[in-house]
Amino acid sequence: MSAHSHSASPQAGQRPNSYRSGPDARGRFGLHGGQFVAETLMPLVHELEAAWAEAKADPEFHAEMQRHLATYVGRPSPLYYAERLTEHLRAGARKAGRDGGAKIYLKREELNHTGSHKVNNVLGQIMLARRMGKQRIIAETGAGQHGVATATLCARFGLDCVVYMGAVDVERQMPNVFRMRMLGATVVPVESGSRTLKDAMNEAMRDWVTNVDSTFYCIGTVAGMHPYPAMVRDFQSIIGNETREQMLAAEGRLPDSLIACIGGGSNAMGLFHPFLDDPEVAIYGVEAAGHGISSGMHAASIAGGRPGVLHGNRTYLLMDADGQITEAHSISAGLDYPGIGPEHAWLHDVGRVNYLSATDDEALAAFQLLTRLEGIIPALEPSHAIARVIELAPQMPQDHLMVVSLSGRGDKDVPQVAEMLGPNLDGNTGGARA
Amino acid sequence: MSAVEAKMAAAAPAQPGAATGVARIDARFAACKAEGRAALVTFLTAGDPDFDASVGIISALPAAGADVIEIGMPFTDPMADGPSIQAAGLRALKAGQTQIRTLELVRRFREIDQATPIILMGYYNPIYVYGVERFLADARAAGVDGLIVVDLPPEEDDELCLPALQAGLAFIRLATPTTDDVRLPVVLANTAGFVYYVSITGITGSATPDFGQVGAAIARIKQHTRLPVAVGFGVKNAEHAAAVAATGADGVVVGSALVDRIRASLDGDGRATAATHDAVISLVGELARGVRAGRA
Repeated sequence: MSAHSHSASPQAGQRPNSYRSGPDARGRFGLHGGQFVAETLMPLVHELEAAWAEAKADPEFHAEMQRHLATYVGRPSPLYYAERLTEHLRAGARKAGRDGGAKIYLKREELNHTGSHKVNNVLGQIMLARRMGKQRIIAETGAGQHGVATATLCARFGLDCVVYMGAVDVERQMPNVFRMRMLGATVVPVESGSRTLKDAMNEAMRDWVTNVDSTFYCIGTVAGMHPYPAMVRDFQSIIGNETREQMLAAEGRLPDSLIACIGGGSNAMGLFHPFLDDPEVAIYGVEAAGHGISSGMHAASIAGGRPGVLHGNRTYLLMDADGQITEAHSISAGLDYPGIGPEHAWLHDVGRVNYLSATDDEALAAFQLLTRLEGIIPALEPSHAIARVIELAPQMPQDHLMVVSLSGRGDKDVPQVAEMLGPNLDGNTGGARA
Repeated sequence: MSAVEAKMAAAAPAQPGAATGVARIDARFAACKAEGRAALVTFLTAGDPDFDASVGIISALPAAGADVIEIGMPFTDPMADGPSIQAAGLRALKAGQTQIRTLELVRRFREIDQATPIILMGYYNPIYVYGVERFLADARAAGVDGLIVVDLPPEEDDELCLPALQAGLAFIRLATPTTDDVRLPVVLANTAGFVYYVSITGITGSATPDFGQVGAAIARIKQHTRLPVAVGFGVKNAEHAAAVAATGADGVVVGSALVDRIRASLDGDGRATAATHDAVISLVGELARGVRAGRA
């Protein structure tokens, strides 16, 4: 069928010397990645590559970034031992006649300014845009977390901001639309195609191709054309770098496993990347399985997709037999994308990361469990990761250290969850008082 | 076949109906040049608004004055296209258009016309999923002469451009106002058939270009290549076509304006009406007169 079926890919099974050396000079991670964009954009893409390479080598850039991360974003974010969740899952294991139950830590990215990990990347790109003399910032957003982070940094630095958002998502996520507008951004509801995140990304690229001189495109995840996947990963790697230090300080050794949810996969890549060459650390990514992979109503590009080319890169995509992109489905608007970052696609091909999935129902149950046990309301996106923790942790010994990326807070999801569970929590399936 | 070989093939006297692939494109541009005029290049989306109507319209294009025919391969996510061509693609997909049916459309056209070059235009994913080698073989067999794939810049030449040239199909590249003199040779390196100059930075069917700047851009491109240069994006009527032809362009590309004619002729359910065919063909006739007036 495809010219490169994934099992036949030359990269499959081939073990590189380092899992952290990608991408190559062409922006490839094995089969994936690349620069599949219109000619009008190529000079801009090369300009961005050069500017990023220069900034990356400039200590001043990093020093300024560090300052803003500390005083504006609120980093480092804590690494929190989730004692009651740990005890709850150990109690469950004991009931099942087992002695296990990993020690669970949460990396609290939801405590960042604007409420998610998105701000780590946006800060970096906005500083780069300023360095390049760009005054107008465009962005795409699904749930609105990346849009809010972009609008926030544009307000902070006095830049013009235009956010493209699928018309369907504008309706679903009104509070975030209002937040962006309060921050001075122009929110453009995208009426083309399926009117969701992928169409917002198409529209942002149409804007960029039109306003080439003035505009910086701030992509929100580890996807798009090279250098975005690598650049966004580098900005997000602060998650994993801090986790490494914090875990060494708390436990005197590296964690045994990492787990994070994946839409495009930026919070996951940020946590995973600094640990890729530590073979003793097991790594799990969790895609959104929606109503279940077999239902066809899901957003799990690795579990249910094939390699294809969209939005500037080759990666696993949800599509039909003719190569037409199909719509993703997830309870969580932030995971509702028919692709995945190309580095994740490669890490799947080479087998370094285990990609799992969690359904809408599992995520909703995990959302409630964490809220009740830890007093932390997670976003629906990381609730998918928590769902797999609930399954995996009891199978591990008690000295197993597991880190979950709590990528965002759930305030934005409260109206949606209230609608699903009923205002009196009649549909409550969490029920854990432990 | 390399671009150089293609040029040599074109230098041989073209027998009507004999040339295929790159040579068929070269022969047609040479013939227009001999008439002292620019070629009219028309774009329509395959299967818009449905397969049968599309076959009928595309088959009637040469008689109405189209010299080169571009046929859009519908894609769900056409990132470089404006609202008109986006909507055309979705209409075609809704009516059941597929890559196989697009090649079938070309085959049907070739039953009645062996002289008019056919260029398939679109995005890479449907070709990649079809399988590159299989697609090139099937396209060549159906009578396709060239490809324009918007999201394959020179950086990705080994994906499709080089295999296409080897299969005897032209890989036609877009040059844009952002393609400077350093980049132009990179863009032109593996181009055959013609160069498609995108006259604006932007998406299809948007602003009308500044024709003075277009003339300067064509002159600049011609310093780097002997290939014909066709100009598109924003050409909407006979007057624009004449203005572009007058800038020294070897071809004038019109797409969104023709696609808009289809849309305006449809019934409330988006189906073709008795007026659809003539709405497109009459505009092609006007554009053909415009192209001829440009050099008069």
